[in-house]
Amino acid sequence: MNDISKQLRRMVVEAIDGGGRGHLGSSVSPIEMIYTLYDSLLNVTPENVQSPDRDRFILSKGHGCLALYVVLAHRGFIKREELKTFCKHDSRIGGHPERNKIPGIEASTGALGHGLSIGVGAALAARMQKRASKVVVLTGDGEINEGSIWEAAMSASKHKLSNLTVMVDYNKLQSYGQTKEVLDLEPLVDKWTSFGFHTVEVDGHDMKALVETYRKLPFTEGKPSAIICHTIKGKGFPFAEGNPHWHHKAKLSPAELAALYACVD
Amino acid sequence: MRSTSLNLVYELAKENDKVVFIGSDLSPGLLEGMKTQFPDRFFMEGVSEQHVIGMAAGLAMDGYIPYINTIATFLTRRCYEQVALDLCLHDLPVRLLASGGGVVYAPLGPTHLAVEDIAIMRVLPNMTVIAPCDAEEMKRLMPQTLNWPHPIYIRFAKGGDAIVSRPDLEFKIGKAIVLKEPKDGLFITTGITTQIALQAAEELANKNLQVGVLHMHTIKPLDHESLRHWLPKVGKVVTVEEHSRIGGLGSAVLEYASDHLPEVTHKIKRIGLPDHFSENYGSQASLLTAFGITKEALVESFANSR
Repeated sequence: MNDISKQLRRMVVEAIDGGGRGHLGSSVSPIEMIYTLYDSLLNVTPENVQSPDRDRFILSKGHGCLALYVVLAHRGFIKREELKTFCKHDSRIGGHPERNKIPGIEASTGALGHGLSIGVGAALAARMQKRASKVVVLTGDGEINEGSIWEAAMSASKHKLSNLTVMVDYNKLQSYGQTKEVLDLEPLVDKWTSFGFHTVEVDGHDMKALVETYRKLPFTEGKPSAIICHTIKGKGFPFAEGNPHWHHKAKLSPAELAALYACVD
Repeated sequence: MRSTSLNLVYELAKENDKVVFIGSDLSPGLLEGMKTQFPDRFFMEGVSEQHVIGMAAGLAMDGYIPYINTIATFLTRRCYEQVALDLCLHDLPVRLLASGGGVVYAPLGPTHLAVEDIAIMRVLPNMTVIAPCDAEEMKRLMPQTLNWPHPIYIRFAKGGDAIVSRPDLEFKIGKAIVLKEPKDGLFITTGITTQIALQAAEELANKNLQVGVLHMHTIKPLDHESLRHWLPKVGKVVTVEEHSRIGGLGSAVLEYASDHLPEVTHKIKRIGLPDHFSENYGSQASLLTAFGITKEALVESFANSR
């Protein structure tokens, strides 16, 4: 991991320390995806966050919000100290992200399977208003068990939304266990392709590969794009990697917190 | 009522370029004029109610005012989480135009009856719930939906319903209308139970019982001012709704009374649908008769009131 990856994970641990809980595994698998989106693709900054012309990012897998919060903090949308208020009574940053609380959160998500439809609406609005805004929706892999995702996928394809990109955080683990055992998504590339998306695969932790992939967007004019990002749940924390017990953790012991910090110091 | 409302969506679309229409999978040729004139603001999205609500939310976040139409029960039960979160949590100005509220689709059976829609819409924060009584009232309602800053659920009646609303009485979202002044008793009604109550009130008047009709077209926000004024003034109140007795208009009125006028709660009786799925088909009228929502039953509800 490079310095940025480590620094962002350190911020995740600080938030989990503050809140005493959090979806660690689910938040560190998409962290490079979200960081590179804000760094290299999306035209959205603390200054233009209210502008209609900004690009829209929707974290459909709302339980991965720590990744988004730390990127927003890193880019100055919120202060880093605020991460320590995670899940506290008066905090703006809860266990799932909420629109209108934090600048830069486009949709309140947490119930799975909602973000892509909202993204379709946002992409249609951009086209109707003749804006160049791009819309990126990041889903989980367990999340796309939801039928509503595939309703939205059909619609995105019908409307030829080349300004819409879906990124799947494919860490192959959902809450109970492996996706291939709970509800197998394969053949996943073929699924998105057959639903009308130009679909590519990439290593979701490889920042360079991600940025090179973004440069080619939209992959095909007149089609929505899908990027299947192969990731490791819990990446960067060896005891949590591929371990479904770290999907979400509450009541962290001092020893567990020390172990988390040890991975990012 | 449905065609009146949908034609008015087209009229609103002509005056406001933010108005969009979204249907699921509706009748062929529906709103052809709007589709032709504003092709980019007319959507027919298929049998995908969850998606339709989310897409409308996305459009509304960027300034559009989406009007969504499909069958009431599919617009409420099927996509409830999307309505609750995408529309109500975000508090977006999306309008749900619900065809066939109550037992309108009687011959199609319980899969198509919307008999708890008011309850489950009413309980959502930020939602407004309206059940007009006739097409003329719908004409007065629709322009007011343009600038209402919250989501709205509008329950359609069957269509061809007797016109009882009056142009001389102001229509305002959230403001109940006194269609017949009460003296001895009061019916509080919504949707087409207003027509039934007016007939019952006329018959009761022939028996020298002056029972008024308060048409509560807006169930949420409930018109507290009107209830505060009228509930203490009459000896008996009967709420009437084409909806489960659980959670609808009657419950809303009782909740208000319990919170603010506990001394009147004993005067309030509720007429509505029983807590079981319909086992019959027939027609809206035959089901309403079977469930005791008729002029005769309403008259009977005041039988021992003198």
